[in-house]
Amino acid sequence: MLESSFVDRHVKVLFPLPAVVFVALMMVFPVFYTFTISFTNWNLTSGLPPRFVGFKTYLSILQEPRFWAALVRTFYFTAFAVSVETLLGMIWALILNREFLGKNLVKMSLLLPMVSTPVAIGIAWTLFYEPTIGLANWVLRSTGLNPLKWIADKQLVIPSLVIVDIWQWTPMMALIMLAGLAGLSVEPYESAKVDGANGIQIFWRITLPMVSPVILTAVVLRSIDALKTYDIIYAMTNGGPGFSSETLNIYAYNLSFNYFRLGHASVVLFFLFVVVLILSYLVARLRQKLEE
Amino acid sequence: MTAKHILSKLVFYILVLFVIVPVLFPLIWIFISSIKTQVDITAYPPKWIFNPTLQNYSRVFKEQNFLQFFYNSTLVGVTAVVFSLLLGLPAAYSIARYKQEKLGLLILVARLMPGIALLLPWYLLFSRLMLVDTYVALILSHMLIGLPIVVWIMTSFFASVPLEIEESARVDGATHQRTFIEIVLPVSTPGIVTSTTLAFLFSWNNFMFSQVLSMEKTKTLPIAVYNFVSYAEVDWGAVMAATVVIIAPAIILTMLFQKYVVRGLTMGAVKG
Repeated sequence: MLESSFVDRHVKVLFPLPAVVFVALMMVFPVFYTFTISFTNWNLTSGLPPRFVGFKTYLSILQEPRFWAALVRTFYFTAFAVSVETLLGMIWALILNREFLGKNLVKMSLLLPMVSTPVAIGIAWTLFYEPTIGLANWVLRSTGLNPLKWIADKQLVIPSLVIVDIWQWTPMMALIMLAGLAGLSVEPYESAKVDGANGIQIFWRITLPMVSPVILTAVVLRSIDALKTYDIIYAMTNGGPGFSSETLNIYAYNLSFNYFRLGHASVVLFFLFVVVLILSYLVARLRQKLEE
Repeated sequence: MTAKHILSKLVFYILVLFVIVPVLFPLIWIFISSIKTQVDITAYPPKWIFNPTLQNYSRVFKEQNFLQFFYNSTLVGVTAVVFSLLLGLPAAYSIARYKQEKLGLLILVARLMPGIALLLPWYLLFSRLMLVDTYVALILSHMLIGLPIVVWIMTSFFASVPLEIEESARVDGATHQRTFIEIVLPVSTPGIVTSTTLAFLFSWNNFMFSQVLSMEKTKTLPIAVYNFVSYAEVDWGAVMAATVVIIAPAIILTMLFQKYVVRGLTMGAVKG
């Protein structure tokens, strides 16, 4: 009896406590640990114990061209993928935004790419991109175009990976925008029709402004996920050919688990963490705005 | 009028096909390839008519211990989701009811955090604790996938539960915890189904954590599928069959809970 009244009085603290302890142990503590390592020159292959070197490892990462190339590549991949996904998702949503026979079946199909295991999907796309027997080149050859080397081509590898990302995530953008469109009120449309506005005017003047908060939030959330893309890149190219598809994620993995340069890896990881912190704040603000 | 009507319907369904064919085709092609012989898979131009075979599937289950990997994935996924719910549901309720925004932000950071940023410290800590290649390490890591999903979805769900039904229970002398368990949770079943399904799917599909934290004993399916490619000559038939084996449960789950999955995935961007 006493116990239950104790819980009752302190529900504010006791309810979130286990989750907070878990997140503290599994996330906050590891991040601080990484932060500590980032000030050392810890390198497992040297066999020497880690030594405190201040900001030296930070400076050494900043002077590493491979880091900057990976950084630029990560943002290139993200901007490329998310912009196409947003545009295509909007078009798909506008097509599907009405009642028709089989709508549920279409919506279900849209879910399938994004629930499919990314690493397995990546491997399967490797077969599509295979230069001699792959479907991608079969399509090009049968339409009279020259075959490409896709993920084996340094210039084409990022666009080829972007195509896989577009295939997997455009459906989600379409579903989000479809839900956004379904929630719009009808009144502005009725008055626009009375005023004799055409379809294109209605889209630019009414639909787009009204769904823009939804689009903005979807773009931010998708961008964060795209920045984190790891599975398909690892499965399809592992950062290659050369380093031409090495994003920050892959670079950090290589530093940690292939080169064992733990100090350097920690600098990159801490940098990633700061980027995510800023983006999380942005998401939280957007969500508040959406709820108003 | 009818001719015009039919024509516009026709144009519309052609547009729908333009959406649906590119989405479904790769998945269908994976399935088709999984029932082809190695000779048929590597044939050029691609074969559309062939004798189907199940030999790829039997190779997947015979040459590799796929049943074990299937079991590992299921065990890790289910356990991680159960603990995510146990920790996440009360936390989400508290965040929603007492407007604990800083706590909400902490969970949001956990949700958006790239796994790679935690992988190195986890590996160092778990190897010191001798927990690498144990279910405990995998389940703990997968809980960091599940818990933020549960809290993220359930916070807005609990916020929409009307206060009046809780207050009337409180007036009758029920404690907060009893009100939560007996009144709030039952009316929140759709949200719980949504977060459970999504948390399980993301755990099932996770590759990165198992890549480092599991070895032969606790290896999960995504790692097993990836291993097929590391052989000198890729056995495409087996790879495709393994792909079907791993994505089929995810697809079946999605079909069963379609409504909930849509809601969960579009949540956060669309109100409600």
